[in-house]
Amino acid sequence: MSASALPQRRDWLSILAKSAPERLAALLPDLPAHEWLRAPETGTVMVQGRISATGAPFNIGEMTVTRCALRLPCGTEGHGHVQGRSHAHATRAAALDALMQTDPTAHAPLIETLRLEAQSAREARAARAAATRVEFFTLQRGED
Amino acid sequence: MYVAVKGGERAIDNAHAWLAEERRGDPALPLMSVAQIREQMALAVNRVMAEGSLYDPDLAALAIRQARGDLIEAVFLIRAYRTTLPRIGASRPVDTGAMAVDRRISATFKDLPGGQVLGPTFDYTHRLLDFADQAAIDPAPLAAPDTAPVPHVTAILDRDGLIEPVPHDDTPAPDLTREPLELPACRALRLQALARADEGFTLALAYSTQRGYGRTHAFVGELRIGRVPVEMDVPELGFAIEIGEIELTECETVNQFKGSRTEPAQFTRGYGLVMGQSERKAIAVSLVDRALRWQELGEDFTGAPAQDAEFVLSHCDNIQATGFLEHIKLPHYVDFQAELELVRRLRAEAQEAQP
Repeated sequence: MSASALPQRRDWLSILAKSAPERLAALLPDLPAHEWLRAPETGTVMVQGRISATGAPFNIGEMTVTRCALRLPCGTEGHGHVQGRSHAHATRAAALDALMQTDPTAHAPLIETLRLEAQSAREARAARAAATRVEFFTLQRGED
Repeated sequence: MYVAVKGGERAIDNAHAWLAEERRGDPALPLMSVAQIREQMALAVNRVMAEGSLYDPDLAALAIRQARGDLIEAVFLIRAYRTTLPRIGASRPVDTGAMAVDRRISATFKDLPGGQVLGPTFDYTHRLLDFADQAAIDPAPLAAPDTAPVPHVTAILDRDGLIEPVPHDDTPAPDLTREPLELPACRALRLQALARADEGFTLALAYSTQRGYGRTHAFVGELRIGRVPVEMDVPELGFAIEIGEIELTECETVNQFKGSRTEPAQFTRGYGLVMGQSERKAIAVSLVDRALRWQELGEDFTGAPAQDAEFVLSHCDNIQATGFLEHIKLPHYVDFQAELELVRRLRAEAQEAQP
């Protein structure tokens, strides 16, 4: 795999944040040795929208997010910010963040698997939505 | 006034034990799992998330089961739980224009870029109870997804100057959960309050505007439901990442126009954005939002409830409302004793005064 094909850090962190905890656990059953910089903690993030989609920001409500930070024995730091309340999910995300920085070619396939699964889930919904698209036709008026 | 009283511990414990039994129902039936509620009662889950003001489907499902299906009680549980969590930060404003739409309809334009997409809707169903076993369902048909962008309908009107513009603005959003509500409240604060407002109350207010109490002649310019990524700046990283994805319902109304000798006529806007698939709520919010803008748009205050920001914002929260409403069932023995004494004295005085 060429270096240009490797995902950027922001991409893998985003993919990990949105992955299902159970799926990530299945793909990475064993965690590497690590020490905590910040133990997993669940909190909330206030989600903002914009007035009429383009105007000033306003608060819609919060969502649950779990974050942590760890360090591998080699000194690489990994950060995990994931949706939901799973500490194991945040830990795996942080571990993979560190592993991707130390050995991207070894772990990029796992990230790619998650990305493809998310993409196919998105496409499955889009295909169902597309089937409900209205196709208008004009009725012929009878009196002519 | 509520006065603390002691005693009744045993009765309370026993009441709660019975509540647990009643909640469980017939033990011969299997317990509903949180996942079952999340998947099969999704719209109840969405409502609890929206009014609880916390996006977490599993938590909302758990709250619904614990509350025996009482959604306001479930919202209460979510609000209480929320207060135990630290605030990590705020997201960047979500881009609803980039939403992966499950549903997107317009009542103002038939043909529009991106098309009319019905999505999984109750519309056009016959509202007949279906007694058939719903265990086996046919798979939903698929079609090739359209990858073209789905622009906001109001952007089309905006391009031709036919609707009031909404310029980009980065004024920081005030937060109802951090500072007590003060009036007059800006539109950002009103939209936050309405996003978590009781659906029934918001629906009734919106309906009242349609019936003439603060009429705004609303068309649903666009209603869209779908998922958006949530991005947040992470200081430790020095850049923004997506921290998750949430489902939202957005409604934009196109309302009665205004104009003057100097300004050409233009349509005005109402806006509603609500967590989850909650289109009744989103439409209602956009109608109430528009009614509350009377002053900004130079309209008359007709005394309609939906125009009165103080009335709307002070009564739209069902947890505040139920808290105050239900507290009157708690012991008010001292208060009542005082009233009783007073009535007895008045009656005695009246009797003595009689010849």
